[in-house]
Amino acid sequence: MSGGWERVIPAFRSVCGEDGVSLGEAVREQHGRDESVHRCRPPDVVVWPRSVEEVSALAKICHHHHLPIIPFGTGTGLEGGVGALKGGVCFSLRNMDRVLDLHQEDFDVSVEPGVTRKGLNSYLRDTGLWFPVDPGADASLCGMAATSASGTNAVRYGTMRENVLNLEVVLADGSIIHTAGRGRRPRKTSAGYNLTNLFVGSEGTLGVITKTTLRLYGVPEAMVSAVCTFPSVQAAVDSTVQVLQTGVPIARIEFLDDVMIDACNRFNLLSYPVAPTLFLEFHGTEKSLEEQVTVTEEITQANGGSDFSWARDAETRGRLWKARHDAWYAALALRPGCKAYSTDVCVPLSRLPQIIVETKEDLMLNRLTGPIAGHVGDGNFHCIMVMDPNDQDEVIRVHEFTERLARRALALDGTCTGEHGVGLGKRALLREEMGPLAIEVMQGLKTTLDPKNLMNPGKVL
Amino acid sequence: MSRVLVGVKRVIDYAVKIRVKPDHSGVVTDGVKHSMNPFCEIAVEEAVKLKEKKLIKEVVAVSCGPTQVTETIRTALAMGCDRGIHVEVSGKDYEAMGPLQISKIFAALAKKEEASLIILGKQAIDDDCNQTGQMTAALLDWPQGTFASEVTIDGEKVKVVREIDGGLETIKISMPAVLTADLRLNTPRYATLPNIMKAKKKKIANMKPADLGVDMVSRVEVLRVDEPPTRLAGVKVETVDDLVAKLRANGTI
Repeated sequence: MSGGWERVIPAFRSVCGEDGVSLGEAVREQHGRDESVHRCRPPDVVVWPRSVEEVSALAKICHHHHLPIIPFGTGTGLEGGVGALKGGVCFSLRNMDRVLDLHQEDFDVSVEPGVTRKGLNSYLRDTGLWFPVDPGADASLCGMAATSASGTNAVRYGTMRENVLNLEVVLADGSIIHTAGRGRRPRKTSAGYNLTNLFVGSEGTLGVITKTTLRLYGVPEAMVSAVCTFPSVQAAVDSTVQVLQTGVPIARIEFLDDVMIDACNRFNLLSYPVAPTLFLEFHGTEKSLEEQVTVTEEITQANGGSDFSWARDAETRGRLWKARHDAWYAALALRPGCKAYSTDVCVPLSRLPQIIVETKEDLMLNRLTGPIAGHVGDGNFHCIMVMDPNDQDEVIRVHEFTERLARRALALDGTCTGEHGVGLGKRALLREEMGPLAIEVMQGLKTTLDPKNLMNPGKVL
Repeated sequence: MSRVLVGVKRVIDYAVKIRVKPDHSGVVTDGVKHSMNPFCEIAVEEAVKLKEKKLIKEVVAVSCGPTQVTETIRTALAMGCDRGIHVEVSGKDYEAMGPLQISKIFAALAKKEEASLIILGKQAIDDDCNQTGQMTAALLDWPQGTFASEVTIDGEKVKVVREIDGGLETIKISMPAVLTADLRLNTPRYATLPNIMKAKKKKIANMKPADLGVDMVSRVEVLRVDEPPTRLAGVKVETVDDLVAKLRANGTI
């Protein structure tokens, strides 16, 4: 494409302005990596469109010249989704940052890709509404739609799949579509094929998401958090399963194993008992909280759980949860100079005790550093694999471990990726998970929507 | 038991990118998102916390400005204030309104409402004056605890831990007093839907500065507003020697 760039770059500049196009090496490298272990794959050029019309115009130019298009939100992905494997044009969407069409009485709002989840919740703070999906990072909401993100309170509020009502998408040829019809936002619909959820989780391989309409929730009247320690992994996970089976509408139920708690204690100078631990959070009215907590405590105590450590007010809750939120950095701090890779399997709840116990045995047998933290309420947990990137043997052992873990999850009717997406590294596992016929259907959809394979090539399929 | 006045100012939301008007007379406010000044949110939270601890009886939220400021008062009511006072100021008076006029209004209201505490944000994020609390205390001849990061009521006295350049200073002042809230005083609560609905039924009294005997004439005239100068492009150098030579050449070293 080297010859054609002289025509293409000025064309880009005439769409997004002189400042809206960059060939700078540092800028391209910044846009070629995310927060995964995958190495940086910079695009050839980065553009900053300011409106859906500009995105469409840029896409038309790329389509004409056969240039790959890589959408970029906040670069906080964990599966290498933004790497420009074949070079091409990175569409950095951060300048499209408006919150549009807030309908308080209808509990919905539309946002452009530059709006992050913390940004939206700050915008909403006077309204009594919030968007609860919380993947940890302050990610772009459209990016979260693209990866079907989830988070610590999915057990109560769902993932992006349940909370995206409509999407505005620019396809590879520049066409602009509205997956549920322009401006539409009914709470439910049975109209036509579910295009909205086709694009949710498509990781930029089917189109560029330029607007998402989200379902909002009322801010809980009161929140209470608690920490409880258990004599064994089995006891902690059994408690989780039982709490959910009892129907307690628990908002967060996070598991940290002994290795993880030890790492957190060292990193944050805390002194939690080094044992399998559950971090719990309850949302509701004062009365319903009392009931939820009583039922939960009965269950944990029946499983040998310790007394709860409590937190009611915002500051104390923040301190309690800091341990969980800093898990990633605490794990890295165990072995300075190393990198970390997070696994992401998800299985039906009843299989959770078995898979966590087997996984811990695998880790110990193979001398791997893999503290476990996870959203056990969804059957989803992460092993934070800490490894020395220069120790080839360890890198191979970690890779083999993650494949074993993924296959263990598949064998238990689960998935190889609960919330991080397929990206670059899990395409083979996706095939195993879906089976050849479903993959063929996916391939057919991809070919229909993007016959030239310009949209984020080399990802997902 | 006591009554507390809390000041809440309606300002351009902190997340908005500010733009200067083409005629340089001020910043663009039309169609721009406004919300309660973040330090006022902290002041409201502190007052409501004191009431929840049953150390004070009533919290009154006060705002000065045109009709739109009643939205800001409603947010304060949703956070737990008992009632509101809207002091109507509009047009040129509103544009020229500053700490001196506000402090006169608060001083008058403090006497009228027999308040024992006035809690304000330490400064507003639009003008960054950091003067209203101090002026109000001076007009009333009340003690002041400014830049408060911790407030404890002890009988008729207030212990205030202040954030100062050298660290933390603890003072004890008698009530009635003026306090101004700093960032770390507390984490303001979010207004919840049920509380927003309840707030609609709470009363907001309406009055004009003249009713309080306050003259809004300003002694300050804004001549011009400009954006900060745009940053110039940097220069890349190849070696440390080049860097040192350039720093010497432009007089930095």
